[in-house]
Amino acid sequence: MTFLTSRRTLIATVAALSLLAGTGYAQAQVTLSYLIDDNPTNLATAEALKAAFEAENPDIKIDIETRPGGGEGDNIVKTRLATGEMTDVFRYNAGSLFQALNAPQTMMDLTDEPFQANVIDSFKPVVTATDGRVYGVPEEASMGGGILYNKKIYAELGLSVPKSWADFMANNEKVKAAGKVPVIQTFGDTWTSQLFVLADYYNVQAAVPTFAADYTAGKAKYATTPAAMAGFQYGEDVFKAGYLNEDFAAAVFDDGLRMVATGEGAHYPMLTFAIGGISQNYPENLQDVGFFAIPGPDASSNGLTVWMPAAVYISKTTQHPEEAKKFVSFIASTKGCDARTSANGATGPYLIKGCELPADVPAAVADLLPYFQTEGGTAPALEFLSPIKGPALEQITVEVGSGIRPAAEAAALYDEDVKKQAMQLGLPGWN
Amino acid sequence: MSVAIEASAAPRPAPDNLRRVKSAYPTWFFLPAAIIYGVLFLFPTIASLFFSLTRWTLFEAQFIGLDNFAQFFREPFLVKGLVNTLIYGFVTSGLKVVLGTLLALLLTSDIIGRGYLRAVVFFPTLVSTIGVGITFTVMMHPTNGIINEAISLFGIKGPGWLTDPRFALLSVALVDVWKGVGLATLIYIAGIVSIPRDYFEASKIDGASAWQNFWEITLPLLKPATITVVTLSLIGGLRSFDLIWAMTRGGPGFTSDVIASVIYKQYQAGFYGLSTAGNVVLFVMVAIIIVPISVFLNRREVEE
Amino acid sequence: MNHARRYWVGGIAIVASVVVFLVPFAFIILMSMKDRKQASLRNFDLPVNWQLWDNLVAVVQTRDYMLVTAFINSTILTVASVTLLVIFGAMVGFVLQRRPSRWSGIANFFVLAGLIIPPAVVPTIWVLQGINLFKTMHGMILIEVAYGLSFSVLLFRAFIASVPRELDEAAIIDGAGPLRLFFSVILPLLRPVVITVIVVQSVAIFNDFTNPLYYLPGKENVTVQLTLYNFQSQFSTQFNLLFMNILLITIPPLLVYIFFNRQIVAGMTAGAVKG
Repeated sequence: MTFLTSRRTLIATVAALSLLAGTGYAQAQVTLSYLIDDNPTNLATAEALKAAFEAENPDIKIDIETRPGGGEGDNIVKTRLATGEMTDVFRYNAGSLFQALNAPQTMMDLTDEPFQANVIDSFKPVVTATDGRVYGVPEEASMGGGILYNKKIYAELGLSVPKSWADFMANNEKVKAAGKVPVIQTFGDTWTSQLFVLADYYNVQAAVPTFAADYTAGKAKYATTPAAMAGFQYGEDVFKAGYLNEDFAAAVFDDGLRMVATGEGAHYPMLTFAIGGISQNYPENLQDVGFFAIPGPDASSNGLTVWMPAAVYISKTTQHPEEAKKFVSFIASTKGCDARTSANGATGPYLIKGCELPADVPAAVADLLPYFQTEGGTAPALEFLSPIKGPALEQITVEVGSGIRPAAEAAALYDEDVKKQAMQLGLPGWN
Repeated sequence: MSVAIEASAAPRPAPDNLRRVKSAYPTWFFLPAAIIYGVLFLFPTIASLFFSLTRWTLFEAQFIGLDNFAQFFREPFLVKGLVNTLIYGFVTSGLKVVLGTLLALLLTSDIIGRGYLRAVVFFPTLVSTIGVGITFTVMMHPTNGIINEAISLFGIKGPGWLTDPRFALLSVALVDVWKGVGLATLIYIAGIVSIPRDYFEASKIDGASAWQNFWEITLPLLKPATITVVTLSLIGGLRSFDLIWAMTRGGPGFTSDVIASVIYKQYQAGFYGLSTAGNVVLFVMVAIIIVPISVFLNRREVEE
Repeated sequence: MNHARRYWVGGIAIVASVVVFLVPFAFIILMSMKDRKQASLRNFDLPVNWQLWDNLVAVVQTRDYMLVTAFINSTILTVASVTLLVIFGAMVGFVLQRRPSRWSGIANFFVLAGLIIPPAVVPTIWVLQGINLFKTMHGMILIEVAYGLSFSVLLFRAFIASVPRELDEAAIIDGAGPLRLFFSVILPLLRPVVITVIVVQSVAIFNDFTNPLYYLPGKENVTVQLTLYNFQSQFSTQFNLLFMNILLITIPPLLVYIFFNRQIVAGMTAGAVKG
């Protein structure tokens, strides 16, 4: 009896559900799964893209799936690709992290797709695998790595944007004397600790133009190249000078944004995509935040280390290749840029032809653009020039920035880590 | 131990009954369990011995001899991880033995609120490790956490429980004890309850003090319970991953890394061969520690 | 023990237990009822705006009702694995205890090996892929069974020793085959230890984080522990929702505890002390 009633209820429920969903089933609907990391800024972008795309293509539904960021996320992407369990379309870093994915075996070749014509050529090498084919298109704006600073503190104390590391430290001293936090660090999110090393690459390249090639070939090392060591040294210096926020070891990315936006701290070493986070969470302070590149030893050569944006890729195992290409093509169009701008505001120059930035960009973006407009004002980060990035860098930079390990030892340790990665990739010259 | 004795002491069935009795306990009863265990546990474990000697991408495995082990032992943080694993295993199981015994004595004595106390000590055992990890991470925040805020009421500045390299591992170990001491206590309570009352009656007549009772009667008779607690918590402690990962991810830097978290990080980085080699190292280490300890504890029991 | 002492020792113990054991749970409950702004302070104050219901709805609705999917998945995983663990574990424990043979030495060795050896994760993924069970609920259920068997067998073997053999013999003389003997005579007698196994394993599997993390990726396969882990970064600024999530996934173990308290204590200690 109970069985009968429960079965009847079940049938009724199923019937009701199918009625509700009825309109959807009328058309042959395709659902594309789309994997992104769970950073709120990226989630907002993905949702904006989904809404705009679905409005234009009512027969295709986008199902957003999220994964953790950082090393954890790298692992998920790698495992799912290696086991053929990847979503139809996914978003992931370009450059060396892309190189670790074994694209020819796991992703769809997008070299000859018509939408590649919209992509600015300088982007293509960072999504090109060892077989010379192109596998992705850019999903966001290009970014600079450097230092977000609080303009109100600078105005109050009469500071000017530093052009050399010595100037920067002098500014820090004044901020400290005024009773504010000079440098914000947020090691609760370990990835945020790498900026002094990674964003210093413009200065490394200025001093040693062949570093990237020699490093890839196993000839140049961080520990034996003074210019490359400097990034580790900077992390140690700001810690030793007592410039960090009291809770630097436990604070997380969002704490960092809050502190630099509201003026609890003066400087936050970060990538400029973070401006999107500030405009979402602290819109009233958006114009108080400025940006400058990491100053090097020499004030006369000052420039920006640039990050290529993350890309979207199609997995080889997708059941819906045509629909997936349609979605990717949408992302690589001006409509894609517009959806992105509407979600997070402008965070930097786009790499899609015809995409314009709105006139009223945030202050930090306005600070960023001149570097791009100067001849020789930018250099790509090392991870876009070499396929090798050691996976333990974030732990190592946390140790340096917390005074656990001296800079020289840390650089040597990172060289070991790099070696491991190079051997796993089977690169020549590393045995 | 007692199982084997009982079985051999059981009356042998008459010879003509033997086959029927035998067939009542067919060997194929092992089969379903054996297949699942064999395919999903035993075979991967054996395969790991091979894959630990390769550079492996899941698509292809390239044989590289003992390089992975050489690499694993060259990792500067591995030595740290080994030491941390031992510290973590022995600190947690030591504290569980001591605190478990004390709590069990308290909870078997005649005090008010005994039922409530037993319940509240045991409950954390059932709660999600990740949930506990997140909760304590928030409570142990160096500046915002309620623990340090409570300490500061006494005018003392609390330490960075999880952020100071000196304390991070021990803080996680303490949370592990907080969560696991209930089970140890429970096992000890059962041990204490099963001690015959007569022993205490007899020693009362001899004029023994409560202190003597504890040392001469309770403690020796709790040995089986101690063996169980030590073995269970050592196995758990040496292999521990969830709580450390939820609270510090091995940080700050590498200072609270244990072997299990190093393995996970190698796996994350896509070094599948290296990670599998780490697994073999962990397996050997656990075996080296657990087998002698349990043989030693069990033998002493037999000798007495 | 005299009366005064009974009170003051108990009193001190109760106060200490409140500080050590109840404060963390009270903290979870308080946090889960606050609004976002107040929760971000992470202190022990009473909520200014009581938002228990709003937070509950917000957490449940997050990412297309992911938590609901997770609860369904975790329930299926727990019920199916525990059922298999009880039946297969009891079968092994039964034969192992009743009929010492050349197999039992091997079986005992594997039981101990299963307790001690840490599972080899990547090769297991490789095997699961080979038999098309990677990322499936079936595969995950079998993994939990494989990893939980040793402990179940130990408990069953110890308990079956206390079931008199005369019962088997009576049944055999009545003409019962091995299946009938096991399922209709032995299994019903194992009730106490079956309950223990159910409680211990279901709590362990429901709370399992590491294995689903490795073997069950994918949004549609998410379990409750994984949602908590995923929400940890998504809710990094919304502690009220994070703690509401912790509160929600603590409720099932709490129910188990309330209903099975006595059996847990009896069964677990019997098994542990004997084994």
